[in-house]
Amino acid sequence: MSARPDLAIDLAGIRMKNPVTVASGTFGYGKEYAHLVDLRALGAVTVKGIRLQPWEGNALPRHVEVPGGMVNAIGLQGPGVVGFIRDYLPFLRETGVPVIVNIWGTSQDEYAEVAARLSDVEGVAGLEVNISCPNVKEGGASFGADPRTVAALVAAVRQRTRLPLIPKLAPNVPSIKPFAQAAADAGADALSLINTIPAMVIDIETRRPVLANQVGGLSGPAIHPVAVKLVWDAAQAVRIPIIAMGGISGPEQAIEFLIAGAAAVAVGTATFSDPGTVLRVIAGIEAYLVRHRMTSVRELTGSVRI
Amino acid sequence: MHDIVAKVRSQETLSADYRCLVIEAPAIARAAQPGQFVHLRVSGLETSALRRPFSIYRAEGDLLFLLYKTVGRGTEQLNRLRAGDTFALMGPLGNGFPLDTGGRTPILVAGGYGVAPLAFLASRIPARGLVLIGGRTAADILCEDDFTARGWEVRTATLDGSRGENGLVTLPLDNWLAAHPASPAVFFACGPYGMLRAVAERAASVLAPGWVSLDKHMVCGVGACLACVQRMRRPDGATWIARVCRDGPVFPAAEVVWEEPK
Repeated sequence: MSARPDLAIDLAGIRMKNPVTVASGTFGYGKEYAHLVDLRALGAVTVKGIRLQPWEGNALPRHVEVPGGMVNAIGLQGPGVVGFIRDYLPFLRETGVPVIVNIWGTSQDEYAEVAARLSDVEGVAGLEVNISCPNVKEGGASFGADPRTVAALVAAVRQRTRLPLIPKLAPNVPSIKPFAQAAADAGADALSLINTIPAMVIDIETRRPVLANQVGGLSGPAIHPVAVKLVWDAAQAVRIPIIAMGGISGPEQAIEFLIAGAAAVAVGTATFSDPGTVLRVIAGIEAYLVRHRMTSVRELTGSVRI
Repeated sequence: MHDIVAKVRSQETLSADYRCLVIEAPAIARAAQPGQFVHLRVSGLETSALRRPFSIYRAEGDLLFLLYKTVGRGTEQLNRLRAGDTFALMGPLGNGFPLDTGGRTPILVAGGYGVAPLAFLASRIPARGLVLIGGRTAADILCEDDFTARGWEVRTATLDGSRGENGLVTLPLDNWLAAHPASPAVFFACGPYGMLRAVAERAASVLAPGWVSLDKHMVCGVGACLACVQRMRRPDGATWIARVCRDGPVFPAAEVVWEEPK
């Protein structure tokens, strides 16, 4: 009997038993899904965006279903960094699964302060720096729209934490390469891409935008090929590892991301319709490696034949 | 809470627009409490169709009964289900109605298919009381026999006057309250947001407890995505943002911070 393939990766110092996590905002703070998904089976849990203070998010409706996915504008509702550490982190720490915390703010100082607070507590494995949320008026995407602001923000956060920093980049840029390079040069340890794609849905009878926020972000199977292209582009521009996300609904899309150059993947919107997707993806990657006689998932990363 | 593959036992037509789906879902059916819901996925993941939440109408042994109105893509797919078909079903989800009426007369107020969880409630509480069912037309008045067979008094109202009183369901409610000024009551309501708000106002005005089942568009069904939130106010005055799917869908009527209609 041959040995099982090695799924483990070291993502910028985060030791993951497999290359699969969940996309921020689609898995709550882990415990919401803990009765359906054994969190310890995941490579990491990535939690919803946290800023310094509690934040209420947007008015309803916050989402609308569209062919091939959904458009959401939740608006980063969250308990703030103190509330997260008090109410949610202990549960996650108990599971032993690596925890990646998505952080955001409306100023460089706020990002840096949140990062510093999370560096002072046990149980945080890495920080995903959200510079691409399309759904908040201030902060989020405004920092991700120019490589210079990306670099300045990453550098500012870098000074306040030794945790792995993983900027999450926006997909809606002419070329992802200068953004990926700017983040890497400023001290990022890895990259996450992509965030949702800015989108809008109008009710033709009322002629009003369906979302209270008017616009939102598209996620789901529709965005997967867009994400593959961006991951492929970014992987050629930087040497730091990439966590790829966007439209994974089964192992096939995850494997495609790995081949395109990702070191890890995150399951997002698919969890809403099938919470077991993330487990199917892990099992499917392993089965693929066996079928292709590969000994480690690391052989798959960047193995695209051009 | 379970995420299972459920099998269709049968499908019954209740009236022109309403049907009752009977499914085999033993683990869910046995755990179900009135006011809880299930989250259902009919189509494949390739279209990324989100799940659809449905109140539990009845739970008997291994069988679960869902009452629905065909209103869109999701319910049209439900319509096509035949005996033996399977689909993914998560549940029971959320918190249901309290079953102890504390010696008060239960007054159930339903709008349209909001009657479903109230019929389930009426089958599980020992007390008997009054049921008020409102709808647009006579075709929207459902499940009357469920209540009368168990000894509940039913009054109805329709907007076109084709059944019961001519007007909103609050019309027979106000009539009953006027005729029973000293009767301690407890309200249970499920229906459109405006109706729930009106019931909450009546409950407050007679200093009676009330429970409302909120219906907001949901995505995850388990409290993770924050799509279905509702502002609440605790008795101490502190406000918080509830997740309807996880913290509800049943809430104390007096604690809901009602939104103004747009």
